[in-house]
Amino acid sequence: MNVARYWRTEKTRYGLVGETCRICGEPIFPPRDLCPHCTEAGQDVRTFGGKGEVYSFSTVNDAPAGYSEYTPYTVALIKLQEGPLLTAQLTDVDEPDVHIGMPVEMVTRKLKEEGENGMIVYGYKFRPVIQA
Amino acid sequence: MKPSREVGIVGYGAYVPRYRLPASEVSRVWTGGHGGVPVDEKSVPGLDEDTATIAIEAARNALLRSEVDPGDLRSVWVGSESHPYAVKPTGTIVAEAIGATPAVSVADWQFACKAGTEALQAAFALVGSSMADYAMAIGADTAQGRPGDALEYTAAAGGAAFVVGAREQSLAYLEASYSYVTDTPDFFRRPYRHYPEHGGRFTGEPAYFKHITAAVQALLEELGYKPTDFAAAVFHQPNVKFPQRVAQILGFNKDQLKAGLLAGQVGNTYAAAAMLGLTAALDVAKPGDRILMASFGSGAGSDAFSFVVTDVACERQARAPSTQAYIARRAPVDYALYTRYRRKLQMQ
Ligand SMILES: [Zn+2]
Repeated sequence: MNVARYWRTEKTRYGLVGETCRICGEPIFPPRDLCPHCTEAGQDVRTFGGKGEVYSFSTVNDAPAGYSEYTPYTVALIKLQEGPLLTAQLTDVDEPDVHIGMPVEMVTRKLKEEGENGMIVYGYKFRPVIQA
Repeated sequence: MKPSREVGIVGYGAYVPRYRLPASEVSRVWTGGHGGVPVDEKSVPGLDEDTATIAIEAARNALLRSEVDPGDLRSVWVGSESHPYAVKPTGTIVAEAIGATPAVSVADWQFACKAGTEALQAAFALVGSSMADYAMAIGADTAQGRPGDALEYTAAAGGAAFVVGAREQSLAYLEASYSYVTDTPDFFRRPYRHYPEHGGRFTGEPAYFKHITAAVQALLEELGYKPTDFAAAVFHQPNVKFPQRVAQILGFNKDQLKAGLLAGQVGNTYAAAAMLGLTAALDVAKPGDRILMASFGSGAGSDAFSFVVTDVACERQARAPSTQAYIARRAPVDYALYTRYRRKLQMQ
């Protein structure tokens, strides 16, 4: 049971809430104690827009505990429009259609269930952009 | 019913999952391919989707169209019969995800397929009484039918969300609404049971048709309108035939139904069905159009609403994906994959 940890990271997972470094101004995701760019402490909260592109990807056939019911699925490094790189699952896409540079957008989906009696963990995944 | 302060829809948003189960797959497995089917195909949620995730995307689209700050919403109300938890609100997950917490009223609503429009009635009242400037009501479901049952052809997934606000800011203002309810046991599901029971033919005349016609006739009488005063009419759509027939009984024609009748392509999205139809009608509406929406919920009741589209509708339509864009994003699955996606396989 990791209820407290899930709860602490909820805003980050649900809404791509990250930070802007107060010292060097770089965008940071996920939030960290020290800026990965200038190693200084002190950041302001910011929400990322959720648009980006596939930077790199790999398909998972042998999943870690809690994720096996979703196999096969594709995990990607996503480069957000604002700059940060993050790791996320792709969803609503067939693996042969995934390519580097593919425009994607953030959606909130089920990441895993802590068994039949446990909590449902929701968070960000990315999918091909649906045009407005 | 009319609130004392004039209100309307400020933003609307839809969501339909990507996967489709053709009705021919259900009949292939259960009837040897014989007999008629009630829809062409139905939407099927992916393994990582549920009522909460569906509601979240519909709500984000409604916020995009409204350009309302989510922190200004005073309600996030989710109507569904497939909430992910038996105890723990879906609404808190949705409200947190869209950034509406913590100064907000959140609740899950229940009234079979009209849980969402019941929440919408209340959202109009909340803004109409000036307790709030903005309120959100959502209908979303991931409905399940027993394998081989008539409902398996249609039980689908989808969501629709509305941001309600003052008439001056609305893309469609509310003229009036009406609710008609009786105790009619046409369809129900007991606690801990996975699949619902339904009364077969009983679901038609004394349930669906009686309640919708009573609600719509009372609303038209209250407003002094005829069916020909409406550009579009949207009814609860458990299949294609029921809304067509109720339209005919009430005196609406096929052209009025066209924009909002989605059941043939997405199936019955339960609490979302009428509301999703309304989003599709709003996507193609022109200023001055009058639109009727009448839901139906087993148990039973109907909520009927009359809206008039305003001049700002056109610019807001384009701010989020259209309902038809979601319907066109279609990946068919066969019955075998469907049983995996809907977790019908016993794994241990
Ligand atoms: Zn820095």
